[in-house]
Amino acid sequence: MSIAIAQTRRDLAIVVRSRGEALNPLAFFALATLLFGLAGPSPETRAAIAPGAVWALAALATTLSMEGLFRRDVEEGALEQLLLHARPLWPAVLGKLFAHWCVTGLPLVVLGPVAALALQASTDVLPALALGLLLGTPTLTLIGAIAAALTAGIGRGSLLVALIALPLCVPTLIFGAGAAFAAAAGADPTPQLLWLAALLAAAATAAPFAVGAGLRVSQEY
Amino acid sequence: MASPQTEPLLSIRGLACSGGRRRLFCGIDATLRPGDAIEVRGANGSGKTTLLRCAAGLLTPHAGDVRRAGGQAPLYLGHKSGMSSLLSPIENMRWHLALAGGAASPAACGAALEQVGLGTERHDPCGNLSAGQQRRVGLARLAVSNARLWLLDEPFSALDAAGRALVLALIAAHRAAGGGVLCATHEGLNLPDAQVLRLPL
Repeated sequence: MSIAIAQTRRDLAIVVRSRGEALNPLAFFALATLLFGLAGPSPETRAAIAPGAVWALAALATTLSMEGLFRRDVEEGALEQLLLHARPLWPAVLGKLFAHWCVTGLPLVVLGPVAALALQASTDVLPALALGLLLGTPTLTLIGAIAAALTAGIGRGSLLVALIALPLCVPTLIFGAGAAFAAAAGADPTPQLLWLAALLAAAATAAPFAVGAGLRVSQEY
Repeated sequence: MASPQTEPLLSIRGLACSGGRRRLFCGIDATLRPGDAIEVRGANGSGKTTLLRCAAGLLTPHAGDVRRAGGQAPLYLGHKSGMSSLLSPIENMRWHLALAGGAASPAACGAALEQVGLGTERHDPCGNLSAGQQRRVGLARLAVSNARLWLLDEPFSALDAAGRALVLALIAAHRAAGGGVLCATHEGLNLPDAQVLRLPL
């Protein structure tokens, strides 16, 4: 437990000091929303697809942010120290991912509804969208981390991370967008939100072990 | 049954490794007992770092067997410092101590940094320090370590004369306390009573 806290503190301190890097995925999200707004057809169509667009862009932004998750640690040798000392590895992995999510996922919970509003979605969808993003973005981070761990040993591999992670993100995307669309149609989004919570529970249980195994393999060169 | 005082800290039997497609070394045997030191010597590219990474458990060897006593993680000081360039020496040290499970306090971290000559730079980001100073942050880890097995990869690199003397003093103190040191070096540290393991190229 203390390792998880120490890792979170360390990574948050690093992220705060490398501001530009941490803001890149959020800037991507904001710009892509803007482009959607400009390129979209009639306001009605835009409003109708807004929740789906927000979710797709959130998944892309999260995956984009995962590429650099371990790069600095690999280059500076912190990863090998982690592999040597943190046994089991998963508490440190959870700490690291929590820090990463605080910077890339949590802002999306706020930015997502704002983006939906900018795309002229009705205000009815906002609670389901925000709650869905709160439950869904940690899952996206956990899944993306598996891909990032597997590619940690090969340097820059952003496209590879996306290719591995995005197919695995599809269930989260479907239920997340589904919750918002249900709310837009005046239905109850609870079932979809419960599915998102179940996916999060599964990912939080399994992914830290997968990430640990991936990191161990990545250092065997 | 050997007592914990004489049980080898590290024993390597028939170790073979390859780097890329090339076979680096094979049939390496070594036993490191408490108070011992082994200098691994060889030219650039002969596999010194690979041998150390195998001994640390970071690499799975091609063949052979590596045993470390007590299940305790060794202290591995490699070419990469393991220190984040965005964090200060004291922040890096705290993370390392949390990892190694040591009970050393922030005061002990400060004292260790003082000992390696970084008393005034302890709050500067490591990225702003010189190569030798960054190396010294790594030496501060040696000063507070409670690991019995030390694996040092070129401990003299980037260090000035005072830094080298500091490394030798730390190693001597560690050996006197019953620890063991396996270090890779191309020039030779000339540690007293050290075994020398030569890697052919």
